[in-house]
Amino acid sequence: MRQIKRIFIKEFTSYFLSPIAYIVISIFLLVTGWFFFTTFFLYNQANLRNFFALLPLVFSFVIPAITMRLFSEEISTGSYEVLLTMPVTFLDAVLGKFLAGVAFVAAALIPTLAYPITVSFLGRLDWGPVVGGYIGAILLGGAFSAIGLFASSLTRNQITAFIIGMAICFTLTLIDKMLFFLPRSMLGVLEYIGSDFHFQNISKGIIDSRDILYFLSVIFVGLYAAHMAIQQKN
Amino acid sequence: MIHTENLTKYYNDLCAVDQINFDISRGEIVGLLGPNGAGKTTILRMLTGFLRPSSGSIRVKDYTIEEHTLEIKRLQGYLPEAAPLYHDMLVYDYLNYVAGIRDLDREKRLPRIRHLSGLCGLNDVMHKPIGELSKGYKQRVGLAHAMMNDPEILILDEPTSGLDPNQIVEIRKIIKQIGKEKTVILSTHILNEAEATCDRIVIINRGKIVADGSTKAIKQSGRGESIINISLQNAVLQSVEDQLGAIDGVVSIMQVDKDDDILKVKLTCRSSVDLRGEIYGKIKETEWILLELNQETQTLERIFRELTREN
Repeated sequence: MRQIKRIFIKEFTSYFLSPIAYIVISIFLLVTGWFFFTTFFLYNQANLRNFFALLPLVFSFVIPAITMRLFSEEISTGSYEVLLTMPVTFLDAVLGKFLAGVAFVAAALIPTLAYPITVSFLGRLDWGPVVGGYIGAILLGGAFSAIGLFASSLTRNQITAFIIGMAICFTLTLIDKMLFFLPRSMLGVLEYIGSDFHFQNISKGIIDSRDILYFLSVIFVGLYAAHMAIQQKN
Repeated sequence: MIHTENLTKYYNDLCAVDQINFDISRGEIVGLLGPNGAGKTTILRMLTGFLRPSSGSIRVKDYTIEEHTLEIKRLQGYLPEAAPLYHDMLVYDYLNYVAGIRDLDREKRLPRIRHLSGLCGLNDVMHKPIGELSKGYKQRVGLAHAMMNDPEILILDEPTSGLDPNQIVEIRKIIKQIGKEKTVILSTHILNEAEATCDRIVIINRGKIVADGSTKAIKQSGRGESIINISLQNAVLQSVEDQLGAIDGVVSIMQVDKDDDILKVKLTCRSSVDLRGEIYGKIKETEWILLELNQETQTLERIFRELTREN
């Protein structure tokens, strides 16, 4: 437990040592802010529905960019060997890095709190969906971080890790929009697999245990796969 | 302290380490010697638990590597080849992080880091990012990292590579100091380094142990011939050959150089006997003036080459 905490602290602080962190946060805020506010006044409604509708798509490329370095960088510089010859287990390394990724996603979300605050001045804002949306955003961020971490554990090349992670996240986001191409018998299963479907439920303010369970299972599968992948390396 | 049995490692079809057995006891400084690609690094990586052996077993104290990886890692300090470290971190932050992971008490961390930075000469670079350091400094940070928890077993993969001669001498001194109480295993392909620092040398070639013993024992085991160099004034090669060639044990005499009236010759002798006294006696009987007489101590190099030559 203490080792997880130490790895978490080290990974989280080292995000802010390199300019990548600031670049990713800026791009994230720029993209979400632009797309949210360009249509906001046309709808003339005081809610954040458009912001949350956009989030899965933005997360699908922002989060793999955040998590791509977690293992790939260590494997390519060789510091991986230093890490694993210290008294830490594979699980410590995976969990510490995963939590650092999620914490960074949370840090990137904090500045977006300015949106609901701004909107609440403009009209009567219903805070229920906003709170639900942020809980969902953290869960979605966790699920995508676990996937990104898995992608990162596969390769020493950060670009490759980014593309693999992005491909998986995009598929999960877009799968329920592709349903009309698919046979009727598979619809239920595929809709359940799609992350957007579950996220939109939560961001309406409906916190259903099925949706939470979905995100937790994606996190579990991602971390388990990452754990297996790094264990396989030796 | 460390015991391996039929330790074997395959990389796909390539056999990197082939059924290696050795015992290392407490307080030994062991040098793993071998040409590039002999399997030194692979052996060290298996000892640290970073690589899992394909077959065979490793025991450290009473622990086996399969079941007690974590306990074994706690006993060891490891410096990987070329000291791959986190390039973004400051030296101080890095050492502090290592101290934390190594479970040093909070109040003991700073004194320990201070001590190690003095020992490894890091005082000037404590607040620089590791990525900006020269290779020698990175190596020293790696050493400080390996010694952080005052480990019982110190494993160093080519500890002096990239260091300047002064630093090499310092590092050797540190290793010898530590080796008085702790077990040190180091790999190198520099022969005089092994000779200067290690109590015991294990020579590895193509994943197999080809020689194992103290420096002295290994030297004697070779079918070594010793070389004696002599410089003489007022001497003619012909008469030197006649006089010294008569000594029992001299195998051949070769002229190396002739400069005015100074003759330099190289005597190849059987290494079982020391002929220097006898040679001096012979020279004293003549009119020659003896300017130089020395015995080359290079036999380890020759043995190494003999043992690791490509077939």
